[in-house]
Amino acid sequence: MRRAIATFSLLAASLLLGACSSIEPWVKPYERERLADPILQWQRHALADKHREHIHAVREGARGATGVQGGGCGCN
Amino acid sequence: MNLPVPHLNRMTHLCRLRRLAGTLALVAMTAATSLAGSGAAASTVIVPATPAPDFTLRTSDGRALRLHEQRGQVVMVNFWATWCGPCRQEMPHLNRLYGRYKDAGFLLLGVNVDEDARVGAQMAARMGLNFPVLHDAGKAVSRRWDLNAMPGTVLIDRDGTVRHLHRGYREGMEVTYEQQIRALVKE
Amino acid sequence: MASGAAQAMPLPEDKAELIYHVYDGGGVQATGPALLVRKSLADRVSLSAQYYVDAVSNASIDVVTTASPFRETRTAWDLGADIVVRDSTLTLGLNRSREPDYHADTLSLDVAHEVFGGMTTLNLGFSRARDRVGRHSRGVADLSSGGFFDQAIRWQYRAGATQILSPRWLASANFEAISDTGYLGSPYRAARVFGAAVPERNPRTRSSRAVKLRTLGEVAAGTSLRADYRYFWDTWDVRAHTVELAVARQFGPALLADVSVRSYSQGKALFYSDNAQVETAFVSRNRQLSSFKTLGLGAKLSWTVPGLPPRYGVKLTGAVELKRFRFADFTDLRTGQPYRYDAKVLQVFVSSTY
Repeated sequence: MRRAIATFSLLAASLLLGACSSIEPWVKPYERERLADPILQWQRHALADKHREHIHAVREGARGATGVQGGGCGCN
Repeated sequence: MNLPVPHLNRMTHLCRLRRLAGTLALVAMTAATSLAGSGAAASTVIVPATPAPDFTLRTSDGRALRLHEQRGQVVMVNFWATWCGPCRQEMPHLNRLYGRYKDAGFLLLGVNVDEDARVGAQMAARMGLNFPVLHDAGKAVSRRWDLNAMPGTVLIDRDGTVRHLHRGYREGMEVTYEQQIRALVKE
Repeated sequence: MASGAAQAMPLPEDKAELIYHVYDGGGVQATGPALLVRKSLADRVSLSAQYYVDAVSNASIDVVTTASPFRETRTAWDLGADIVVRDSTLTLGLNRSREPDYHADTLSLDVAHEVFGGMTTLNLGFSRARDRVGRHSRGVADLSSGGFFDQAIRWQYRAGATQILSPRWLASANFEAISDTGYLGSPYRAARVFGAAVPERNPRTRSSRAVKLRTLGEVAAGTSLRADYRYFWDTWDVRAHTVELAVARQFGPALLADVSVRSYSQGKALFYSDNAQVETAFVSRNRQLSSFKTLGLGAKLSWTVPGLPPRYGVKLTGAVELKRFRFADFTDLRTGQPYRYDAKVLQVFVSSTY
């Protein structure tokens, strides 16, 4: 029952997004100067971030949704 | 045994996970198709076979340059920025095309949209660009022309009519540019 | 009268990165190099390869209280391919991790799709992993005749969206569901029931969910602020909150500095017990499943080497992080107090685009 409600709400939300097609993108391609700057990148150093997430995965119980791409380690 | 053992039926929670994945995929695809319809529309101002709107911008040395005064030449207006990777990739090709066709009546105007015009001028000098670089730091011309792409390239014929419009740059597009310039120059 | 629209996502840049990493905490030292090389082909595909080594010297509390310190080396290879098809990027990944008593292989597929004038990016991903578990006997891995005694299979499903809010602000939301089945414990770890050491008994399935919300924006010229929050929950009743704040600042054209704070807190698994006083179907004394908090403070400094042609952006970076772990219900058997330890992480690396 709960799952049916959740699924329905997700689908309804995504269909409502379709109604948003009348909204124009408000940041134009020529206004994206700051977004190309290194300080506004989510991940600047792939290897270093991967190592850091590996430390967390091995020592903490939580996993997933880290924002770092890369396969799991699987260590004991 | 006083410990409840929830979710330990292997089939149940794997099936549940797969159903969740299916729902997520469905939602994402619906969102993508509905949102994809909006935004990044082609310019309503720059339309092939209509006159190009006029503008006046300053070059790196401070002279004012007006687009309508360039009638009689084939003009390519290229909007670029130092922070735009494809723009930098395209520049050597544009430089080469300008060198080859400028004596046949071809003019290339590089409109730089960096917020700091000096940064644009420095990069132009470093890349050895031979064509005029104009500065649109206030983005007034970019807004009016509304190309919705970086880089944006417009080819205008000798009468001031827009003939071709290119949004973005991928390897190989310089071949198309050359074909179109050659055809326009021969008119 | 062509109107060419060559809109496409940019390929990741060609680059190479070499890192030396050090972890030292809780009696464990893990050090080693790692290398990443990325190259694009025909402006459509970007291939990447990573090689990672962890030389571990393990004298952790589990090891010193139940066994004797040991050394072992883990190596991992990653191969990836990013393929751009108009507004989407498909990423295929293969990861192989090898240590004497644990082999892990993961295959992953991620799709990133740009919509709404490039302001919104939708991500979907799927991974499947197989871990094979073996056991050392007297310091030698018992892997004769393919002697892994068990395995674990893991499925991961990811979905997320990144949204540009303004020319200076971004936000993203990510969700990941992970499900494992098989051997999910450690053959070296013991649980404690009525004060006596018994082999731990873990469920053979685990299903977890994590939601992460992040925002990143420029708060002043050359300075950015990032805030992350992640909530994790699973069928073992572990609940965890992760909060991270980071400030990055550009000092002149060559120096980029980062400072970050990370706070993590976790509630124990249903069947976790420091010293169980009842007999239960499952019991574990794995401190990673206990109630604990960690606090980390990190700093990173990156220097761009001047005077090189713009194509070669060589950067030297050093990063340190100090982490403190405080356990609420895991006792240090040597002292009788709740266990706590501090860890240091050090990374030095050089990266270059070409």
